[in-house]
Amino acid sequence: MSLRLTTGGRLIDRAKPLSFRFNQRWMTGLAGDTLASALLANDRVMVGRSFKYHRPRGIVASGVEEPNALVGLGEGARFEPDQRATTIELFEGATAISQNHWPNLAFDVGEVNSWLARFLPAGFYYKTFMAPQAAWARLFEPIIRRSAGLGRAPDRADADRYEQAYAFADLVVVGGGVAGLTAALAGARAGQRVLVLEQTAHWGGRAPVDGGVIDGLGPDAWVRNAVKVLEKMENVTLRLRCMAAGLHDHGHLIGYERVADHAPQTDAPRHRLWRIRAGKVVVATGALERPLSFAGNDVPGVMLASAVRDYVVNWAVAPGQRTVIVTNNDDAYRTALALLDAGLAVPAVLDTRESLTGDLVQAVRARGVRVLEGKAIARVRGRSRLRGVVICRQDSAGATAMSETIACDCVAMSGGWSPVVHLWSHCGGKLLWDASAAMFRPDPTCPPTGADGAAMAVCAGAASGALGLADCLRDAHKAAGGTGKPPQAKAPTEAPIAPVWVMPAKAGIEARSKMWLDFQNDVKVSDVQLAAREGYESVEHTKRYTTLGMATDQGKLSNINGLAVLSEALDQPVPATGTTTFRPPYTPISFGAIAGEARGDLFQPLRRTPMHGWHEAHGAHWEPVGLWRRPYCYPRSGETHRDAVNREVLATRRSLGLLDASTLGKIVVKGPDAGRFLDMIYTGVMSSLPVGKCRYGLMCSDNGFLIDDGVVVRLSDDTWLCHTTTGGADRIHAHMEDWLQCEWWDWKVHTANLTEQFAQVAVVGPNARKLLEKLGGMDLSKDALPFMTFAEGTLGGVRARVFRISFSGELCYEVAVPASQGLAFWERLMAEGAEFGVTPYGTEALHVMRAEKGFIMIGDETDGTVIPQDLNLGWAISKKKVDYLGKRAQERAHMADPDRWRLVGLETLDGSVLPDGAIAADAGYNGNRQRNTQGRVTSTYYSPTLGRGIAMGLVRRGPERMGEVIRFTAEGRLIAARIVDQVFYDKDGEKQNV
Amino acid sequence: MLTLTCPCCGVTAEETELAPGGEAHLKRFGPGASEAEFEAYMFARANTKGVVFERWRHAYGCGKWFLAARSSVTLEVFGTYPAQTSAPPADLIAAIKARVPGWEGYP
Ligand SMILES: [Zn+2]
Repeated sequence: MSLRLTTGGRLIDRAKPLSFRFNQRWMTGLAGDTLASALLANDRVMVGRSFKYHRPRGIVASGVEEPNALVGLGEGARFEPDQRATTIELFEGATAISQNHWPNLAFDVGEVNSWLARFLPAGFYYKTFMAPQAAWARLFEPIIRRSAGLGRAPDRADADRYEQAYAFADLVVVGGGVAGLTAALAGARAGQRVLVLEQTAHWGGRAPVDGGVIDGLGPDAWVRNAVKVLEKMENVTLRLRCMAAGLHDHGHLIGYERVADHAPQTDAPRHRLWRIRAGKVVVATGALERPLSFAGNDVPGVMLASAVRDYVVNWAVAPGQRTVIVTNNDDAYRTALALLDAGLAVPAVLDTRESLTGDLVQAVRARGVRVLEGKAIARVRGRSRLRGVVICRQDSAGATAMSETIACDCVAMSGGWSPVVHLWSHCGGKLLWDASAAMFRPDPTCPPTGADGAAMAVCAGAASGALGLADCLRDAHKAAGGTGKPPQAKAPTEAPIAPVWVMPAKAGIEARSKMWLDFQNDVKVSDVQLAAREGYESVEHTKRYTTLGMATDQGKLSNINGLAVLSEALDQPVPATGTTTFRPPYTPISFGAIAGEARGDLFQPLRRTPMHGWHEAHGAHWEPVGLWRRPYCYPRSGETHRDAVNREVLATRRSLGLLDASTLGKIVVKGPDAGRFLDMIYTGVMSSLPVGKCRYGLMCSDNGFLIDDGVVVRLSDDTWLCHTTTGGADRIHAHMEDWLQCEWWDWKVHTANLTEQFAQVAVVGPNARKLLEKLGGMDLSKDALPFMTFAEGTLGGVRARVFRISFSGELCYEVAVPASQGLAFWERLMAEGAEFGVTPYGTEALHVMRAEKGFIMIGDETDGTVIPQDLNLGWAISKKKVDYLGKRAQERAHMADPDRWRLVGLETLDGSVLPDGAIAADAGYNGNRQRNTQGRVTSTYYSPTLGRGIAMGLVRRGPERMGEVIRFTAEGRLIAARIVDQVFYDKDGEKQNV
Repeated sequence: MLTLTCPCCGVTAEETELAPGGEAHLKRFGPGASEAEFEAYMFARANTKGVVFERWRHAYGCGKWFLAARSSVTLEVFGTYPAQTSAPPADLIAAIKARVPGWEGYP
């Protein structure tokens, strides 16, 4: 049956029908529909089930506060769970499925939870955590896992495109209702650069539905004029479908624009995330209607009064044929009038107040509607669809035998309005409890402040508590600094609201355990009252204990009801209870928008060495190192990576290997105080290093821990070149600059990070010298350039710095050439090296060779808790220096504790390779009932040179325990390994020193 | 996402351009310092609710470190100044006192 009315509907286009599918059934809607209005038009009142009890759930609201109508939208790579039907603009071919039920929406096995409700009270999860562990694992967890969860996660990568953008404005107006437009006009006329954000697809907000007269026009016409004026102004930008998600420090506003959700066929990005810097923000976000808490208020057919009239006026949909209105304020009477105007029946208005004389009440009475004063709903009839209400007095305990039942298929409820103060509150704005209006509204004396200490946001219109049309416009005009007369409005006068948090007031436990507060998470009045009885006095604790307001609507609908109920239970005024914290985003935003274009190749920048292309062309298997990509190995056809690494190691050790070492950090430190500075930065002495010599150095934080290592070269009297690890270059340069700028600012030192200015090649192996001598240009003999020295010259016509240093234990020259010559130099070495079987090798061969030599690697042997002494590197620490970064820290008792874990070599008894990160257990247990440990593996490899597994590890008192066998636990096995010297290959260093 | 003006290059930078460096005006204690002195230097931070002095680096700009005085409550920025000093400038102290009545002042 179609519930579409034959006339009306200000947002729909009857000439443009749209086909869509819901739960595999094709249905028809109209252009301008939301998915919710189209579902209602197709008589789909029940659209889902609740989270905990799997109760039938119908559409409650017409906007972002909707808790129930969540659907899975789209298919395949465009499937997205938990989308609100009330904010989805219908498009041709839209596909949606309902959620949270099995096997289907009408019949759900999980609904059994509903009968078990008394065994699933507030805090159920926490209480079961206290149960015996076995019961949790075998009983509770499987049940909860099976029945919990909303929509299912997508199983494919998102096919859509997203982007991010920046915007700047003097005045950002959030909300395109009549208050927002008034503020925008005021700001724009004062010459400010104005940006207006409206989360829906339409300007005007609620006013066109709620009625009234503005400057002699109906709201629709006034809004059209206002938008026309604003569109013509050069200093104004208007943006529909753009929700202000959060207001952060110093006017930083995040906007979430749903660019193409309503037009998926276009090639526009689906969502756009705006990072807006606002001079000032006008928060004209309106107000949200609250539900009333009566028994059965969750039955499909019970809706917000404002939503009922939205569906009638905006989309010409009748949520019901007979609608009972229940209210504590005058506004709900507008719904009665809208229904009557559409020819629908309003059997009664139940008003908790007495002696009603307001304009709207009189207008409804004049149409012949029964207005029952002091009345309430005692309970409803119907389970998956409303059939009627039983009425009672509000000041009673509930229905009696005499109570009247009114047949109806819809209840329009109104518990009053709450200003939308989220943005105001995100960055520190405070709230006031306005007892006469029964609402929290912004406290204008405590606004969120900006960089200048002045208010960076102001609430305007209904968001500031000015609910009446004339007040609303006056307030908005003033908020934007408007001069002259604000728009003049006429609207009916309204009598004050009567706060009603439980209906009827004296309802017993039976009724209170059927009064829903949080419809999605199944939190009832009785749950909040139970939490209060169990000692939960803080609203933040009650929220977490009951899960009130933790559903996807984040409490927009009924948080105020919940904390009012809590206040009554604690016998304290509402402001003493306070609100929970408002946190961004205002409504959920997509992960796609947060990621923007930062995915795939654009996820992060890629740094390439001058030889990157050569590696790629020669089949390099890449390893990411920081933002660089380095060849891990160069597998040949038919080779595994393991095979390739073994081949590269053996070829290098036997004859000649080449490593692209360009990524190593190269920081030049220069100046009269450079030596003194480096003596503070390194643990060793660098000022005494002779020109032309190299020295291995360690850097520690001032907390004593090893942060980087590398070879330092003295280039000239006042210039040193500091090599850092690949990942450390930027970090160490920043570290040096920190100490220079902030501690020793009077020292005459300059630093420059020249990492990318040079290509560097390690020429390694017994034939290294022969290869370079073929190129010619420098004397590289043992006498002219001994181990740990440096020379500058030309090699094969290329300017070169040659360092005799070795990270492999072989004869090695590291040659730095200008980056622009790097590729040519590399290719030359490859060509000239052919006669020696020159082999390019990657990072894994590098690691294997350094481990064979017992050299440490920052990040493997160190993890931020390791000091050089732990790694037997005391020889690289000066005993004579008065000070260096980390010296005082290393004198602390814990650092000198002989029980510290220290570096040793490890050899498995069976020759196998120890798993990386394996832990050696020790006798006994610690205070957390965890097994004690005595060591861990830090580096472990198969050594092709030795034909067996080798490893290094940190072991308690390790160097004192040479020869001892300890057992490592890994993958459920125990592996016995002997503690040995960490140098496995060429202990005396004869090979590198030829 | 705060904005601070770098006193070195004059750019008003937003937080993504800056790297935080914690509390400003710490006095370094090295060898010879007592356990208590070293602990206080390395670990004890005032974490003030109110006026704070912080180190920031214009990391994705001129690269210079600078210091900022701001309120951790209202987010007001009282001023930024070069890092090459061991105490906030007197005119800044006076400006903060004028803005924050009852502030106990820089120690
Ligand atoms: Zn700067």
